Amino acid sequence: MLRYTVKRLLQLSVALLGLTLLLFAWFKALPGGPENRLLPENATDQQREALRASLGLDEPVWVQYGEFLARIARFDFGSSLSSGRPVATELADRLPATIELSLAAMIIAVGLGIPLGYLAAKRRGTWLDFAAVSGSLLGTCIPIFFLAAMLKVVFAQELGWLPTAFRLSAGADYTDVTGLRVLDGVITGEFGVAWDAVRHLILPAIALSSIPLAVIVRITRASVLDVVGEDYVRTADAKGLKPSTIRGRHVMRNAMLPIATIIGLLLGSLFAGAVLTESVFSFGGIGSFVYQATTERDYPALMGFILVIAVFYVVINLIVDLSYGLLDPRVRVRK
Amino acid sequence: MAVGLFTACGSDGDSGGDADTAEDFDFSCPERTDGSPEADTAANESQPFVFGTPGDPTSLDPVLASDGETFRVNRQVFDTLLDADCTDTVPGLAESYEQNEEGTEWTFHLREGVTFHDGAALDGAVVCKNFDRWANFTGGFQSPNFTYYYSSVFGGFAENDPAMGIETESIYEGCTADGLDVTISLSKYTSSFPGAFTLESLSIISPNSIDAIADVELPAADSPLPEYTQTVGTLAGTGPYMLEEWNHSEQQVTLTRFDDYWGEPAKVKTVIFRTISDETARRQALEAGDIHGYDLAAPADAQTLMEAGFQVPVRGVFNLLYLAYTQGHAPLDDHAVREALSHAIDRQRIVDSVLPAGGMVATQFIPPSLEGYSEDVATYDYDTEKATELLAEAGAEDLTLTFCYPTDVTRPYMPAPKDIFDMISSDLEAAGVTVEARPITWVEYIPATRSGECPLYLLGWTGDYADPYNFLGTWFATESTEWGFDNPEVFDAIAAANTEPDEATRVELWKTANEVVMEELPGLPISSSPPSIAFAPNVYPPDVSPLTREDFSQVYFTTGS
Repeated sequence: MLRYTVKRLLQLSVALLGLTLLLFAWFKALPGGPENRLLPENATDQQREALRASLGLDEPVWVQYGEFLARIARFDFGSSLSSGRPVATELADRLPATIELSLAAMIIAVGLGIPLGYLAAKRRGTWLDFAAVSGSLLGTCIPIFFLAAMLKVVFAQELGWLPTAFRLSAGADYTDVTGLRVLDGVITGEFGVAWDAVRHLILPAIALSSIPLAVIVRITRASVLDVVGEDYVRTADAKGLKPSTIRGRHVMRNAMLPIATIIGLLLGSLFAGAVLTESVFSFGGIGSFVYQATTERDYPALMGFILVIAVFYVVINLIVDLSYGLLDPRVRVRK
Repeated sequence: MAVGLFTACGSDGDSGGDADTAEDFDFSCPERTDGSPEADTAANESQPFVFGTPGDPTSLDPVLASDGETFRVNRQVFDTLLDADCTDTVPGLAESYEQNEEGTEWTFHLREGVTFHDGAALDGAVVCKNFDRWANFTGGFQSPNFTYYYSSVFGGFAENDPAMGIETESIYEGCTADGLDVTISLSKYTSSFPGAFTLESLSIISPNSIDAIADVELPAADSPLPEYTQTVGTLAGTGPYMLEEWNHSEQQVTLTRFDDYWGEPAKVKTVIFRTISDETARRQALEAGDIHGYDLAAPADAQTLMEAGFQVPVRGVFNLLYLAYTQGHAPLDDHAVREALSHAIDRQRIVDSVLPAGGMVATQFIPPSLEGYSEDVATYDYDTEKATELLAEAGAEDLTLTFCYPTDVTRPYMPAPKDIFDMISSDLEAAGVTVEARPITWVEYIPATRSGECPLYLLGWTGDYADPYNFLGTWFATESTEWGFDNPEVFDAIAAANTEPDEATRVELWKTANEVVMEELPGLPISSSPPSIAFAPNVYPPDVSPLTREDFSQVYFTTGS
């Protein structure tokens, strides 16, 4: 297992190096430079040139890439050109919001998706199956951005049940521990803060969960249908095991392998959806930061963001791979 | 020695949204008609006033910022020597000022009894300490990334760092103090003064703050901003509010009332600025009661908000949108062609259908509230027939022009670039011109226009302070590829006005410069329009400012609905 993990980490390093080289070259090839966003319209050409020169943007691209690598080797992401803050600090401030939102969405998707998919499979051909399959089809069809906007208009603006924006109410007094507001509220006993954070989280999390929920329902349904037809399930049934034992030990345990894989992949892709959802709900995550960094050609911020997301994505998939061993003893034996 | 005059900003006309030209529109600051509704004293003490901003501030050190969102926060906390009411220069920390005849010595008489939030007292020596600090910046502090406005106003620093690329010499010669009197000496006059003394970047900070950060270095232009600019506790100003917290992860800045403020104390105890970058999300947050006001409302939202009982006070105008004719592209170097294009465009339609209430057709390249605005400039009224005739006379009947517009921004002077482009294009095509659209993202747009790539393009500017050079000078002071003309008459007229220290003479010279520019017709001034700001029904809003210099100490919650 250790050798496997080390091998995967080495693969990750090579992949990241290639990724940074490609993206760095691509960003630099894009026309326009950050000086056009950082300075006002009527800044003189001389001032723009001065800024480019002082930022080192007039150096050859390979020199700039070398400096970038040297910085990364020192765990220094550089500083955002637009905010003037270290990229690492910006990410540390904003990433917890995105992680919290993604986790909440995944909790909804998994919490509802697996039981719904199981029930749909168990009652195949009934109205419940039909509703689950149609609902999941709808879930994958509605763009997140649109769903988020609709949820906001109905439940925040018209009904006034939930807030339209932010992670906490204005001026909320809270203690920062992990950056995840709900968790922090629970850890510190500030339950009012936790509840406030939950209220702010509900709508964006529902919006963001729509696609993973739909996918998990369909995968679970298909996977359970596959497994219930297997001989070992029939045997378990024949030897008189309790239905709950058959469900837990024989059906779901085997059906979970493809579901775990898809959850891992979905967690990574949730980040893309989070960018859109965050902008609708002004959720303060990496969404607006990345959008701004892109339009402003804020190279250090973009590279930092991509590195973190790439690591995040690969680590999740590594965890999923490793979890196979827990779910399926046969995988453990082979390794 | 000339004495600085402080004139009150008055209103002498109707502020209604239907009036559209300088003659019949109140372009300065409309008189308030909302009286002084009763304050909800309990709410003002217990409830924070939350204002939605389009972006985060960048630095709590005013001199290290050049963006409007930072200015919005810092102007509540710090004061400048002079202030702006509408576009007039009025007292700030200085009750009055004098300049010598050459305009090279500016003497300010400071208010008595002004204290900083940390208890330090304001006097002339403190002002000098601030000016000397700025002038002696080194390393990355000199980068236009951080000190754009200081270097723009004063040219450079005591010792320019070659790595920062600034090649012009500083015109700041020194500062002398005598009690509450302080004199700033310059090597030459420019018309940036006294307006530049109102710039938020030149706010005065406490001497204790300067001592505390004396050893802070900023080695390079891409170094992170020093920690003291990102957290509260180091910098103190003299403004009506003190910095309480800057929560980066929640994207909010919290200010609390300064009880020993030298002016009228703030009505609301706590003000919070929260970032909501999407303009629709800002409107929704206001409608749902999550915030109490926001800036840069979409023009299309203003009417809806007002009908729902929200307040959308109309700012005066202090910006300009123009259509540039780049003369490097024939036949735009032919005056008759430029004149024809100008007659082809129905600017009134743009103002009526795209711009917010308070927008007006522009006749020249400065807004009407500035000194030197001329009533005698050549005008080019909408007349498609005349445009067609002029094009025929110039032999340009089959004219095809590439027309650039930005795709990913709205600017305060240009709320809907694509809509404005569409309207102008259809007008030009009605006059027989074939338009080839060239949409460009903003980071590419400025270089494209600067390099002269775009025969026609939309651009503009919002003034920083009351100075015609801030408009005319940056566009037409010298020959440039973005305009592509070489007319010494224009350049000389602007130079003459910019270097004339006598106010009355300077006003006349600016008028002449405007007339000369509009004879040359390097582009067509399209409009001046105020960016919209909105407030909840139960809020008494601040006086809205053409320079977007709203003073939030005036805000309070009312007992009304």
